[in-house]
Amino acid sequence: MRTLLALAAFGVLALGAAACGSDDNSDGGGGGGGSSNLSGSIKIDGSSTVGPFAQAAAEAFQGQNPNVKVTVGTSGTGGGFEKFCAGETDISDASRPIKPDEEAPVCKKEGITYQEIQVANDGIAVTTNKDLKVDCLTVDQLKKIWNKGSKVKSLKEVDSKFPGTPLKLYGPGTDSGTFDFFTEQINGEEGVSRTDYQPSEDDNITVQGIEGSPGGLGYFGVSYFEANKSKLNLVGVDGGSGCVKPDQKTVQDGSYKPLSRPLFMYPNEKALKRPEVKAFLQYVIDNYQTIAKDSQIVPMTSAQAAEGKKELKTAEAKAG
Amino acid sequence: MRAARSSKLRDAAFRIALLTCIGISLLLLGILLVDVVRDGIGQLSFDFLNRFSSINAKRSGIEAALMGTLWLMAVCAGFIVPIGVATAVYLEEYADNGRWWNRLIEVNIQNLAAVPSIVYGILGLAFLVRGPLSLGNVVLAGGLTLGLLVLPVVIISGREAIRAVPSSIREGSLALGATRWQTIWRQVLPASIPGIATGVILALSRAIGETAPLIVVGAATFIAFNPSGLDSQFTALPIQIFDWISRPSNDINNYKPLAAGGILVLMILLLAMNSIAIWLRNRYEQKW
Amino acid sequence: MEASAATTTRRAVPSIGAARRRWGEELIKGLLLAAALISVLTTTGIVISLLRETVVFFQSVGVGEFLFGTKWTPTFEPASFGVLPLVVGTFLITGIAMAVAIPLGLGSAIYLSEYARPRVRKTIKPALEVLAGVPTIVFGYFALTYFTPNILQDILHLKVDVFNALAAGIIMGFMIVPTVASISEDALSAVPQSLREGAFGLGASRFQVSTRVVFPAALSGVVASVVLGISRAVGETMIVLVAAGQIANMSANPEQPHYTFTSFIGAIAKGDIPTGSIEYKTIFAVGMTLFLITLAMNLISIRFVRKYRQVYE
Repeated sequence: MRTLLALAAFGVLALGAAACGSDDNSDGGGGGGGSSNLSGSIKIDGSSTVGPFAQAAAEAFQGQNPNVKVTVGTSGTGGGFEKFCAGETDISDASRPIKPDEEAPVCKKEGITYQEIQVANDGIAVTTNKDLKVDCLTVDQLKKIWNKGSKVKSLKEVDSKFPGTPLKLYGPGTDSGTFDFFTEQINGEEGVSRTDYQPSEDDNITVQGIEGSPGGLGYFGVSYFEANKSKLNLVGVDGGSGCVKPDQKTVQDGSYKPLSRPLFMYPNEKALKRPEVKAFLQYVIDNYQTIAKDSQIVPMTSAQAAEGKKELKTAEAKAG
Repeated sequence: MRAARSSKLRDAAFRIALLTCIGISLLLLGILLVDVVRDGIGQLSFDFLNRFSSINAKRSGIEAALMGTLWLMAVCAGFIVPIGVATAVYLEEYADNGRWWNRLIEVNIQNLAAVPSIVYGILGLAFLVRGPLSLGNVVLAGGLTLGLLVLPVVIISGREAIRAVPSSIREGSLALGATRWQTIWRQVLPASIPGIATGVILALSRAIGETAPLIVVGAATFIAFNPSGLDSQFTALPIQIFDWISRPSNDINNYKPLAAGGILVLMILLLAMNSIAIWLRNRYEQKW
Repeated sequence: MEASAATTTRRAVPSIGAARRRWGEELIKGLLLAAALISVLTTTGIVISLLRETVVFFQSVGVGEFLFGTKWTPTFEPASFGVLPLVVGTFLITGIAMAVAIPLGLGSAIYLSEYARPRVRKTIKPALEVLAGVPTIVFGYFALTYFTPNILQDILHLKVDVFNALAAGIIMGFMIVPTVASISEDALSAVPQSLREGAFGLGASRFQVSTRVVFPAALSGVVASVVLGISRAVGETMIVLVAAGQIANMSANPEQPHYTFTSFIGAIAKGDIPTGSIEYKTIFAVGMTLFLITLAMNLISIRFVRKYRQVYE
C-alpha cells in the first residue's frame, strides 16, 4: 500500500513538473515572429457553434503574436451577450443576431456599443438512419412532421411513397440556437415544435441516436454530418426551388434554403481601440477561409467577406 | 445446538452479502477504469502534457487545463480545510444547541450540500466575479466557488469525526488543567484527523470533476497559457474533456482519444491528491 | 468548576481554566464562529441571487400554474410552466440512486469496518473513494453509451429508451456509494472496541455484533452519510443531463427519459437563450423551488436524527 501511495504521489509530481517544465507555447501554428510587438489580452465568449472557429483563429493569431493572450469561452450565445453587455468580454460569438428587445437594451444601458460582423456560415442538416431511405423533404413535409401537436408516426403519413417505419425523432436541446432557428424556419415561430422527440445537448449523441435506430430522423449542425457522412443518410430540403442537399457551397451561397444561417462576432467598439483587438479582427477577416477549414465550419463567400471588411472599417472608424 | 448452526449459516450468508456489495462497486469501477485506460493510455506522452489545446487534434495537448486544475485544487483545499475544520469544531465543541442560531447554521450546512453545482456557479458569478468582491473570471474566483460547493462535505464529515472522539479523552485533558482550546487542539483534533481527511478526499474528488459552475463563472474553453497567479484566467480538465467529447470527430481530426487521455490524466491527478490525504489518515488512525 | 449553562441537549463539557486565559478562549471561539458563519453567508448569497429573479419570474407566471401544473415546456411555444414533472423526475432518479447507494455503501462499510483485515481495509477504502472522483461527465457518458446499450438492453433485455431514468439513477447510485461507504465506515470504526468485546464476551456472533451493537452505536454517522448521499443525488447535474434526457415526464416509468430540476438548469444555463428572457429566468424559479424542497427535507431529517442519536461513554 505504501509503495502504491508513493508511486501515486510521484505521479502527480512528475505530471506537474512535466507540464510546468518546457515553456513551449505551441509547436506549429505559425512558427516564427511576424509583426509581434503586439501585446495584451483579448476575451471572447459566446456561442459554442462559433467556438471552434474563434479557437482556430485565436490559435493562429497567437502563433504570429505570441505576446497577445486570447481566451475563448463557450457560455452560449445568450450567456455570451450577457457578459458582453456587462463589459466583461471584448468580442461576443453569436449564432444569431443580438435580440433587439431583450439583449440590445442592456448593452445600451451600460454604454456598450458594438458592430455585427459575419464571420462564417452554418447549416442545419436533416438526416435519417441509413435504412430509412428518404432523398428529399419539402419544408411543408418537415413542418407536418415537426410541428406542435404533430402525431405523425411514420413518413408514410406525409407521403404514401415513403417507407412506413415508425419514426424515432432526435434533435438539439430546446435551449440551443439550432432549435430556435429550425423551428422558426420550418414551423414559422421560434419554439413551436412537437415535444415528443429526444433532445440532447451534445449533437454527437443525436448522431448516435439516429444511427442506432432504424426509424431515426433528426436535425443538427452540418459539421456533425460532415464528420459522420458514412453513417447517416442525408436528406435534401426543398425550400421552394427544388431539392438541395447541404454542402459547403449550398450553405455558403444560401441556396440550401431555409436552413442556412450566418455566424457572427460582435466586437466591443471601445475594445477595438486597442491595437491587438483590431489586429485580431483584421486577421479573422483576412484569413477566414483557412480558419473555417481548420475548424470544420462553412466559410463565408468572398462577397460576404468583402461586406465584413467594410463592417470592420466602419466599426474602427466609429471607435476612433 | 440448532440455534448455533442456523446462526453460523446466517453469519456466512451475511458475510457473502457484504462482500457482494463491495464486489459490485469495485466491479463497476474496474469496468470504467479499463474503458478509460484502454482509450486513453495511448494518448499519454510528454507532448500531450506539454502542449496547449489546438484545433489540430494531432498537435493538441492538455497543459493549460492541467495547470488550471492544479491551481484550482490548491485554492479550493486552502479554503475548505481551515474553514471546514473551524466550522466543525465550532459546531461540535462550542455551539450550544439550545440557541436558535446554532441550529440555523446546522440546517444551513445540510441544505447547502443539496444545492446543484450550477447554482453555486450563479452565486460565484454574482458575488465573487462581479458584485462585492469583483474578482473577475480568475483562478481565485473559480477556486472559491468550488470551495463553497464542497465545503458542506468537509464540515459534515468533520463533525462526525469530532463527535466520535470519546468524551473521556476530553474530560481527562480538562481534568489535567488544559483549557478548552488546548484540549481541542492537542487531543480532539489529532484524533479526528482520519475522519476529516476522508471529508477532504471526498470534497476534492468532487471539486476536481465539476464543469458547470466553472463555465458560469467564466472559465475559458480555449486558453493557450498557464495561470501565472490567482488573478489569471484559467480553464480546467473537465471543461477541456467536455469540449473534446462534444466536437464532431472525423478521420482528420479525432478528438475522442484526446478526451480519453484527459480523463486518464484527471484520474491520476485525483489518485495522487487522495494519496496524500490517505497517508495522513492512516498515520493518525486510532482505535478506542 | 465553571458552571455550564443551558447544556440540556449536549453532554456537559466543564471547563476548568485559569481566569487569565479567558480572553484567548473567547477570541478563538469568535474566530470559529466567524468561520461557521461563512455557510450562513453562502446561503444568504444563494437566496439573494435566486430570489430577485424568481420574483420577476412570478410576475409573469402564476404561482399556482407553476406549482401544480403537469406540463413543463418553458422553451417551447406556447410555454407551459408546470413544475410537477421535474419533481417526479428528480424523486424517481434520486430514489433509484439511493436504492443502489445505501445497500452497497452500507454493506461495504460494515464489511470494511467489522470483517476486513486492516491491510485489506486500507487498500479497498481508497479504491472506493476513487469512484467518487470520476468526473460526472464521464459517468454520464458511461451511462448513456455503455450501460444502457450493453447492460440494460443486451444483458437484461429491458425495453429502455436511449435516454432513461434507470441508467442515470443506477450510475448515480454508484457515484454516491463512496460517500455513504466512507463516512459510515469512519463512524463504524470509531465505535469503541470495548463495546464489541463486551458483546463477543457474551457469546454474540459477528453478525449480531455488527448489526445489533456497532451499527446502532454509529447510527448518527451512518445517517449523516445517507443524508449527504441524498443531497448529492438531488443536486447532481451532469449525469442526468447527459443520460436521462430532456423530456418532462409525469409517469414514474424508469425506462423513459425524465427531466429533473438540475438537468433543466444545466441545459438552459449552457444554451443560447437570452439571459433577460422568461425562459432564462425559469432557472431561478426552479433553483429556488429545489432549495425550498431540500430545506423541508433537511429540517425533517435533523429532527429525526436528534431523536435517535446515541452517545456512548
